[in-house]
Amino acid sequence: MSERILIAKVGLDGHDRGIKVVARILRDAGFEVIYTGLFQTPQTVAAAAVDEDVDAIGLSMLSGAHMTLAPLVVEAVRKLGSEIPVILGGIVPDHDLDQLTAAGIAAVLTPGATAVEIATEVRAVLDRANT
Amino acid sequence: MATHQPSNRELWEAVFDASTLRDADFQTMSGIPLEPVYGPDDGEFPGQFPYTRGPYASMYRSRLWTMRMFAGFGTADDTNWRFKEIIKAGGTGLSTAFDMPTLLGIDSDDAMALGEVGRCGVAIDTIADMEDLYSGIDLGEITTSMTINSPAAVIFAMFVAQAERAGTPRAHLGGTLQNDILKEYQAQKEFVFPPRQSMRLVRDTIDFTAAEMPRWHSISISGYHIREAGSTAVEELAFTLANGFAYVELAMQAGLPVDTFAPRLSFFFNAHIDFFEEIAKYRAARRIWARWMKERYGAAHERSMQLRFHCQTAGVSLTAQQPEVNIVRTAIEALAGVLGGAQSLHTNSMDEAMALPTEKAARIALRTQQVIANETNVTHVADPLGGSYFLEALTDEMEAQAEHLFGYLHQLGDGSMLEGAIKGIEENWFQGKIADSAYDLERQLNAGRRITVGVNAYTEGNDEAQIDLLKITTEDESRQRKRLDQVRHDRDQHAVDSALERIRTEAADSSVNLMPALIDAVKVYATLGEIMGTMESEFGRHVEVPVI
Repeated sequence: MSERILIAKVGLDGHDRGIKVVARILRDAGFEVIYTGLFQTPQTVAAAAVDEDVDAIGLSMLSGAHMTLAPLVVEAVRKLGSEIPVILGGIVPDHDLDQLTAAGIAAVLTPGATAVEIATEVRAVLDRANT
Repeated sequence: MATHQPSNRELWEAVFDASTLRDADFQTMSGIPLEPVYGPDDGEFPGQFPYTRGPYASMYRSRLWTMRMFAGFGTADDTNWRFKEIIKAGGTGLSTAFDMPTLLGIDSDDAMALGEVGRCGVAIDTIADMEDLYSGIDLGEITTSMTINSPAAVIFAMFVAQAERAGTPRAHLGGTLQNDILKEYQAQKEFVFPPRQSMRLVRDTIDFTAAEMPRWHSISISGYHIREAGSTAVEELAFTLANGFAYVELAMQAGLPVDTFAPRLSFFFNAHIDFFEEIAKYRAARRIWARWMKERYGAAHERSMQLRFHCQTAGVSLTAQQPEVNIVRTAIEALAGVLGGAQSLHTNSMDEAMALPTEKAARIALRTQQVIANETNVTHVADPLGGSYFLEALTDEMEAQAEHLFGYLHQLGDGSMLEGAIKGIEENWFQGKIADSAYDLERQLNAGRRITVGVNAYTEGNDEAQIDLLKITTEDESRQRKRLDQVRHDRDQHAVDSALERIRTEAADSSVNLMPALIDAVKVYATLGEIMGTMESEFGRHVEVPVI
């Protein structure tokens, strides 16, 4: 059975071009992809991820709110007793990376990542989570 | 005796000769004098129907485009400071970027606003913020554009009310409200109410401005976001104009004669990196609009048929890798906009693939326009590429492909472009087409069929340190919340309650124009979130069924 990825837009950011392209890239790479739609909260994403028993969560953030919202998603997932890894994609300046890793974000994908790089990174995160 | 039929050239010359020209030497650097336009005597001239070659006879010889730089971040005070810097640096128009909570009509202290306040634009909660935003700026002198859609009517009410308080009557205000809700459902996705209820607010603003604000553009029909969301240039062209036809039908259904509002419709297109296709797109857009306005909607005034547009260089063409290269991309895109006859232009800054621009990056972007305007001499001759076999063929082809897409929407709407646009949204037709095109482009990049410098080729230098980026602190968020607390504390709550009650009553009756009630409510410091929430209780909320 193929692994399931929940991809989500949290907060008010409506930019959904990237997440839709990534959804198709992951699907083409053999993953099963579930998309939450826009305007989710950390809690709704965490609940959906646990309900759907996904293997990873992918967040797409382009509004600059990632430093506030991405850690809250990790927190909400852990609160439900789950270790599902959370991957962040979008506009993330280099100077934010250390803090995001410290907050438990499993990987960060930034503009310019190719289809192969995205699929490879997601695969690597899943492999790490399974060991 | 045969009467002399004036040639197109003679007709154009008569209008050109009556135009006021800029004080400049219209010649090449070698001193070769240049005609204002080139072409056969019986060809189409600029300022002549269907305006392929430009809306005006004298184009940039009379007036350069407006260098309108989009700005907004942090609190209203922060942005007011940036506006004044832009004016000092030679910017000739203002363009306001609002933050995400404002774009979605919620207050800065709403739980959903967490982390978003002041981040992508300026935070506006009440008229008090609006007063700070434009403080010390003469709004009767400089024109202002506001990029706001779902809550456009409310923000517009705040703008009008604060300007009048500061002493500029509404009739003297010049500028543009984006107010293009259709493309929100199709592409930008900052929607609140369902499409039909939102369209009622658009109708109210068109009606209000047609009656009271002769210098104001009630809608900026925007292809920019459609393109940024991933459409092709042809789809940008077709969807934008189709939305335009929908607004025209909306206003005509409300009983407004076409020539009372059509002159105040404006457009906003992307200036992407495919140089000639972009120029052909602008030319095709003018021609299609003119023909439809005259032939289908019966417009009689020239201004109703003349498509005028703002354009912005393509945010999606910018790369996070080797960001300085973005200056070059932006310059090429801006040149396409100018050769395509734009009335107004925003140039993106090199750092915008990563963050809001720093002051330095924004200044370089403005300087890019100033180089084109002052150094290159491309402004001397209108439609300088008109008559090129290539460009004319490309213009015709884009028009034909757009007409094909109009045919689909016309059928979908049973003969109504308004219904076609709404049904196309409800059935995810636009959204699906845009997502398909975005993915096609991604596949071309991944297969190496398209090259982006610094991304899938020429990557030496990618590991150099990032340039300095603008940082928005969370201090802005707490400052803004404190300010909102203070306003709520100081205001007359009874007045707010009754103003909101009036909005509720009038929202329920679609025959009423909501603008007067909105203006009265913002004057007593009702917040954006309170007003939007009140309307939502009548209008409901739009939920998108996402397609992937």
